[in-house]
Amino acid sequence: MTAVESVDPVVESNGAPLLEARNISKYFGNVIAIKDISVQVSANEVTCVLGDNGAGKSTFIKILSGVHQHDEGEYLIDGEETRFSSPREAKERGIATVFQDLATVPLMSIWRNFFLGSEPTKGKGPLRRVDVKFAQETMVEQLARMGIDIRDPDQPVGTLSGGERQAVAIARAVYFGAKVLILDEPTSALGVKQSGVVLRYVAQARDRGLGVIFITHNPNHAYPVGDRFVVLNRGRLMGNWKKGEISRDDLIKMMSGGAELDALTHELERVLDVPSEDLPAPGAVETDTPTPPPAG
Amino acid sequence: MKVNRMASGAVSPQTAGTAPPPPTRPGDERLAQISPMTRVLRRPEIGAALAAIVIAIFFWTQSALFLKLDGISNWTDVASTIGIPAVLVALLMIGGEFDLSAGVMTGSAGLMMGILGTELHWNIWIAIVATLAAATAVGFVNGYMVMRTKLPSFIVTLATFFILQGVNLGVTKAITSEVSVSGIDNAGGYDSAYKIFGGSFWEPHDFRVTLIWWVAVTAVGTWVLARTRVGNWIFGVGGDANAARNVGVPVTQVKVGLFMATSFFCALTGIMIALRLASTQAGQGVGDEFQFIIAAVVGGCVLTGGFGSAIGASLGALIIGMAFIGIQFAGWNTDWRFLFLGVILLAAVLVNNYIRKRAEGVRK
Repeated sequence: MTAVESVDPVVESNGAPLLEARNISKYFGNVIAIKDISVQVSANEVTCVLGDNGAGKSTFIKILSGVHQHDEGEYLIDGEETRFSSPREAKERGIATVFQDLATVPLMSIWRNFFLGSEPTKGKGPLRRVDVKFAQETMVEQLARMGIDIRDPDQPVGTLSGGERQAVAIARAVYFGAKVLILDEPTSALGVKQSGVVLRYVAQARDRGLGVIFITHNPNHAYPVGDRFVVLNRGRLMGNWKKGEISRDDLIKMMSGGAELDALTHELERVLDVPSEDLPAPGAVETDTPTPPPAG
Repeated sequence: MKVNRMASGAVSPQTAGTAPPPPTRPGDERLAQISPMTRVLRRPEIGAALAAIVIAIFFWTQSALFLKLDGISNWTDVASTIGIPAVLVALLMIGGEFDLSAGVMTGSAGLMMGILGTELHWNIWIAIVATLAAATAVGFVNGYMVMRTKLPSFIVTLATFFILQGVNLGVTKAITSEVSVSGIDNAGGYDSAYKIFGGSFWEPHDFRVTLIWWVAVTAVGTWVLARTRVGNWIFGVGGDANAARNVGVPVTQVKVGLFMATSFFCALTGIMIALRLASTQAGQGVGDEFQFIIAAVVGGCVLTGGFGSAIGASLGALIIGMAFIGIQFAGWNTDWRFLFLGVILLAAVLVNNYIRKRAEGVRK
């Protein structure tokens, strides 16, 4: 079974969702990037934002993470209207974003990466220094909670696999008190097995009480972990379903406009439906995920 | 459920009293054991350290004087005036940037201090402070231009290099009607400044005080890189500036600060050289920037940033110093030293590349 620590779930102060977007729109000049997008993110839930290339996923999450500001609509954190001027501000409010390729520095050791920008220090004045021992032990412990066994904290991150690198970034966000974790296409550059591993980390972050926003263009990655599905197409909201309200096949059809995607449907069953300790599944096919054909 | 030894915060009871923990835990068979050898090879400066030993022994076989105190004081002297800037150039390179104006800056600083002291009759200490402030300002302009324009620092500092070279010649000629500034020792405060920046110690071997400065700069540079937050940020901005920015590292401040520190210490080195000779040439320092860069690269710095060490750059400077003096001691034509430098650089890059690939494993 997957090891999940009993961490106090994030308490929702006033019953409001952790994060809510109401009819958010964004224009770049006269281009409508996104129009009237509404999404709710609650603790202990994975909200999947699905859409093909150009659907407006990136613009939407860049607004949520403070890179862009919305032109219309409301953005609420804990029920309170908010407008972030920088990613740093969003981070301070507990909105952590893990960007696909920009999460870690390959040549730096794992512990240096883990604490980059938030290094723990000890000592005073000119002797103030990074508490290396604490940093190393904390990093090893945090990654152990995600099921990754790090033997050498000085190992460069570049020697980890793509999935493990995402895990380092996720573990870091969780450790530094994120309430909402935004994952930008965490599986798009990964093979089938590695994608399965990352999806497990997504589920673990959710079980530790976070609200997770999982951006992907692959419905087969979204369906097994998602509690709520939001589909975007050409900047508009196509629909918003809870799990159970929409079947996987319908979700795929919704995204792709009914294109033939049967080849994809079993891919994640192979990866995720086996006991997690046994990953990778013995018969798993080692091919890369075919991406869905363009919708429009 | 596997139990993680480190995660539990202490050594688990069954292993506490008995043998050390087994090298492989049953948890994850995919992780190969990290040997102490790999750990050593992962250090950036290991190649330079080995090369320094080999080169020292080689020149010792050519001339016994090479490893006597009188000989050592000679090559550590040369190495120190390369090493001080090289440590800063290494930090800058780890931070992902170049400074081609580093060499000519040593000349500019010596000239500025000299002209202020001899032509304007300033006290030499005030001239030193003014020179260091001016150099830091040039470093700021370098850094600001690089960050603002997003142009490669190679181009921006190449421009600074030529601007400073032109100013050095033009201003010196206009003021002194010569291509040098001399008689700095007549300026007020020269004796005390000489003692601190240009003098020597340990009679009769005459080790230069620049050696002490060099060791100090190397020690502080190593401390900053390995143990301070800023050090972690330097690795971060050099390794991947976007990733560093995303986690809240002030990328612009770190890089501009590095440019300023580089110019400051290059100027300090130029001041040391000018004080020692009591005069300085208008062409002083031109071309030295490549020696600093060679020292940093031989010491294990990666040209693209994110990897390297301060002590490595100092070992690189030591190798250059040994080569320059060793070739003299061996009685060879000193023209050969540049060929030697080129060979050392090429060998170092190849060896470092190989070692790093081995140390980091196959995956990248």
